[in-house]
Amino acid sequence: MSMQNLYLLVPLAPLFGAIVAGLFGHVLGRTWTHRITILLVAVSFAASVVIFQDVQAGHVFNGSVYQWLTMGNVTGNISLEVGFLIDSLTVMMMLVVTFVSLMVHIYTIGYMAEDKGYQRFFSYISLFTFSMLMLVMANNFMQLFFGWEAVGLVSYLLIGFWFDRPTAIYANLKAFLVNRVGDFGFLLGIGLILMVFGTLDYQTVFAAAKSHVGVFAPIPGIYVDTLTAICILLFIGAMGKSAQFPLHVWLPDSMEGPTPISALIHAATMVTAGIFMVARMSPLFELSDTALSFVMVIGAITALFMGFLGIIQNDIKRVVAYSTLSQLGYMTVALGASAYSVAVFHLMTHAFFKALLFLAAGSVIIGMHHVQDIRHMGGLRKYMKITHWTFLAGSLALIGTPFLSGFYSKDSIIEAVGMSHLAGATFAYYAVVIGVFVTAFYSFRLYFLVFHGEERFGKTHAEVKDQGQHDAHDDHAVHEHHGLAPGEKPHETNWVVWLPLVALAVPSLAIGYFTIEPMLFGDFFNGAIVINHQVHPVMAELKDDFHGALNMALHSLTTLPFWLAVGGVLTAWLFYMKMPQIPAFIKNKFSFVYTLLDNKYYFDRFNDWFFAGGARNASRFLWKFGDVKLIDGLLVNGSANLIGKFSGILRRVQTGYIYHYAFAMIIGVFVLLTLRSWL
Amino acid sequence: MIFGFPLLSVAIWLPIFFGILVLATGNDRNAPLARILALAGAVLGFLVTLPLYAGFDKSTSAMQFIEFRDWIPHFNIHYHLGIDGISVLFILLNSFFTPLVVLAGWKVIEKRVAQYMAAFLIMSGIVNGVFAALDAMLFYVFWEAMLIPMFLIIGVWGGANRVYAAVKFFLYTLLGSLLMLIAFIYLYRESRGSFAILDYHALAIGMNAQIMIFIAFFMAFAVKVPMFPVHTWLPDAHVEAPTGGSVILAAIMLKVGAYGFLRFSMPIAPDASHELAWVIITLSLIAVVYIGLVALMQSDMKKLVAYSSISHMGFVTLGFFIFNAYGIEGGLLQMISHGFVSGALFLGIGVMYDRVHSRQIADYGGVAHKMPVFAAFFVLFAMANSGLPGTSGFVGEFMVIMGAIQVNFWYALLAASTLIFGAAYTLWMVKRVFFGAVTNEHVAHLTDITLREKLIFAVLAVCVLGMGLYPLPFAEMMHQSVTDLIVHVGHSKL
Repeated sequence: MSMQNLYLLVPLAPLFGAIVAGLFGHVLGRTWTHRITILLVAVSFAASVVIFQDVQAGHVFNGSVYQWLTMGNVTGNISLEVGFLIDSLTVMMMLVVTFVSLMVHIYTIGYMAEDKGYQRFFSYISLFTFSMLMLVMANNFMQLFFGWEAVGLVSYLLIGFWFDRPTAIYANLKAFLVNRVGDFGFLLGIGLILMVFGTLDYQTVFAAAKSHVGVFAPIPGIYVDTLTAICILLFIGAMGKSAQFPLHVWLPDSMEGPTPISALIHAATMVTAGIFMVARMSPLFELSDTALSFVMVIGAITALFMGFLGIIQNDIKRVVAYSTLSQLGYMTVALGASAYSVAVFHLMTHAFFKALLFLAAGSVIIGMHHVQDIRHMGGLRKYMKITHWTFLAGSLALIGTPFLSGFYSKDSIIEAVGMSHLAGATFAYYAVVIGVFVTAFYSFRLYFLVFHGEERFGKTHAEVKDQGQHDAHDDHAVHEHHGLAPGEKPHETNWVVWLPLVALAVPSLAIGYFTIEPMLFGDFFNGAIVINHQVHPVMAELKDDFHGALNMALHSLTTLPFWLAVGGVLTAWLFYMKMPQIPAFIKNKFSFVYTLLDNKYYFDRFNDWFFAGGARNASRFLWKFGDVKLIDGLLVNGSANLIGKFSGILRRVQTGYIYHYAFAMIIGVFVLLTLRSWL
Repeated sequence: MIFGFPLLSVAIWLPIFFGILVLATGNDRNAPLARILALAGAVLGFLVTLPLYAGFDKSTSAMQFIEFRDWIPHFNIHYHLGIDGISVLFILLNSFFTPLVVLAGWKVIEKRVAQYMAAFLIMSGIVNGVFAALDAMLFYVFWEAMLIPMFLIIGVWGGANRVYAAVKFFLYTLLGSLLMLIAFIYLYRESRGSFAILDYHALAIGMNAQIMIFIAFFMAFAVKVPMFPVHTWLPDAHVEAPTGGSVILAAIMLKVGAYGFLRFSMPIAPDASHELAWVIITLSLIAVVYIGLVALMQSDMKKLVAYSSISHMGFVTLGFFIFNAYGIEGGLLQMISHGFVSGALFLGIGVMYDRVHSRQIADYGGVAHKMPVFAAFFVLFAMANSGLPGTSGFVGEFMVIMGAIQVNFWYALLAASTLIFGAAYTLWMVKRVFFGAVTNEHVAHLTDITLREKLIFAVLAVCVLGMGLYPLPFAEMMHQSVTDLIVHVGHSKL
């Protein structure tokens, strides 16, 4: 099989699986549906591995698959194509996507075993895999946008998978619309690219961008550097997809979807599309310091402030979701510091350990019979050994424990930001450093509350209330699911569930150690990621400081981030294991802070009131006043009435009496005669 | 003509002939025969248009398949037909939809079946005539004739308030076309006795006259599109029209207005078109934003889709009057896509109306539980309506936005707001109708779509996805004509 066919096979295999599962799932039955889709994703993964080796051997591919549309322009022909760009960045993403997707497919057999939408679910996740692959393999902006929106569609379908739940269908609509706000900017960015460069092909655009100097005036008199405008508009798209402040609001709600997709879509792959996109566009972003600063500041805000929210969540999935938001912020900060490869490196390690954490959380949820509130857990390590150990591995990787994968990527981000000299870098540096403590704190708060301490499950609701732990304001505390019966114990899950956990734990622990050198300081990303080292020397400086993965880990033991992480873990241990009165005390003492965090900084309220409510009111006003009153009432029916009245008058004149007519005639004759004599 | 066969005439008169034949079956005792005859006529009517696609010469912008005969020699009026890259696809689209509406009305229409079916067949032939006519008077006759079947369809098979809607529809559109007639007579005089549309294209006209002509045409076409602020007849007409009527109205009839801009306004009055482009662009953007917002709060599904149609047609007129290839081809592609998508949505609403007898969103909820297959189709079409890439709805919007940004960033920005509004009103409706728990008895007793309905939706789904994934075959047809149109409009007639 030629390489070109292999490239095609990678996205088409899962697409085929999705179609088969979607159209014939009910005929095939459950077992055959999952066999076929899993086999096809496995084929896709295997093909990705082969392509990876090929790319390692130096074979980069950039070519068209078919012509999508041409424009017979007067000034010249423009061709929009569907095509692939296969280089190291692409192939790394392909590996991550297909591997995590494969794990999630397998895991789904266990997680969705009792669901009546089993085949539909497999169809969706295979369709997602296809869409995501089209996104990362694109060689042009049009196809990028296709993949971009297609993953949004599948995300919409999967968040609302249980479409009888009001919260789920609220969340999926919200996710789609917030993403559309980002896509709005993204599309305009693509439009500017087409306007300026006359093509949507990556390589042509990148080549032309280097020598491009231009301004454009969105408002007469105000000039913006075109490339800055393009980069910021594109990044607005990334803010939607990768849930960056202030378009982050959809991601926590997306947890309404089944857990496997939280792992696949809302942690490991789709939400990192924005990060991937900016890294892919590095030749453009490198040309605009303003855009990079913007990126960095947005990322820093997300990294720190979303982390805070993770501290007070009580839903196991939501803690992990806020952690995802915060980690996406870290990646974005790295992008802003021109450390694209570091961002992508963190993207990869994060994909493994965050998918692991989500799937482990899902395993806990199964073991707990669909209870998600961590206040009703505790002491689970005894009952769910594999889940416990893998969850711990994921958590340790997340907080940046030396030698584990998360350490290498996160520490590199912190160092890179520290070396950046762009506007906003100082703020970003403090944000990511403080973020280390926050991450460690909420991660181990979660870990201790779930796996250690008192066993709080299997109690009736009344008991829980008596303990005063039931927070009436938290609408997510009450679930319609059954939960454990009194006295019942959680149980370890089936092998199809824990096998993916183990398979993901291995790279979560080890992959950083082995790949940091080639990915960050070697030539792995040469050609795929472009950095202007004269202006942005961060990577070069990082490289000077790097003396091997082992040394990096050892050296870190003397640095601030390490001790902040240790501090975070110890604080969590103190607060939730030793002296639970402390958090209660803080909650009372600083209730306004708690209220602020509990309401997620009031973003949802504001959006509901201002945007959703505002749009509804504007709509009602325009419709009732503009269409109904003004146009129909005044103009249409008004003119009809006017004609009616006018004809009414005319009708009155036509009395039928001869003398009226005679009189009118005489008057008329006189008028005519008068006029004639005057003229 | 290929093989000496008058294809265009057949495309026009074959459906009309079958329509008369169906009428001849008389009253409802012969309804089964009427249905079968109608379907045969509609399918045949579509098949005979396929050679128009296959035999079309993409390399020229000249008229093809020309037929030319004397009609009223005294006034130099001819039976003159021909198509170019701008009109060919609409004849196909129109003929394609006729079998679908016949099938859609198969079971639902129980009274005056023959008349109902005949109205659609005759309508189909007339609309083909509109797109194929190259003689202004012939065009005018078809244009006005088009009103009659639609007036009857709404007035006879419509809802409770059908008379108001039918009269509003009739008066609105008639008013505009009278001005168009005056413009034709003026042009007849100026061209020293010609009704040939192509002669008008070449005719040198002064600026003032161009402006008057442009305004006259504008009145006729803007009502049909419909453009803000002469759009209010459309929601009323849709609400009262039977499903088939809505489908043809949205998928086909709205297109003749936009087509008129390209065939008449722009080439005949190019300078006035440039001069007044800002008016059209402003009205188009109002349509996109204002109507997009208005659609949000509609409680009647048909009204919602009707407003959505107006908003989408705003893209078409916007695209035309930015005078570049992206805009015009994007607008044309948008018209075709809108045909598929709005047609499918109205058919979908019809499916629910047939079962529950309500168009109110509030009367539904959780339909997906009871009609999973139908829900899957409807969500696909809703996504196309929201302009999702991979569906036909994306192509035109994308091209128009790409074209608009080259002219003015703000045009593109306002137009792109449809990404948000379009998704908001469409998906909010989907959420309330299809998702959630089953809300009432009517929904609880719903049964999923039948094989006949599945067939209709499957065909449309293939069109929507096919055009979204591979729009090139559609665009290729129009390249040469659009390019030459842009060149033509670029030359001043002054």
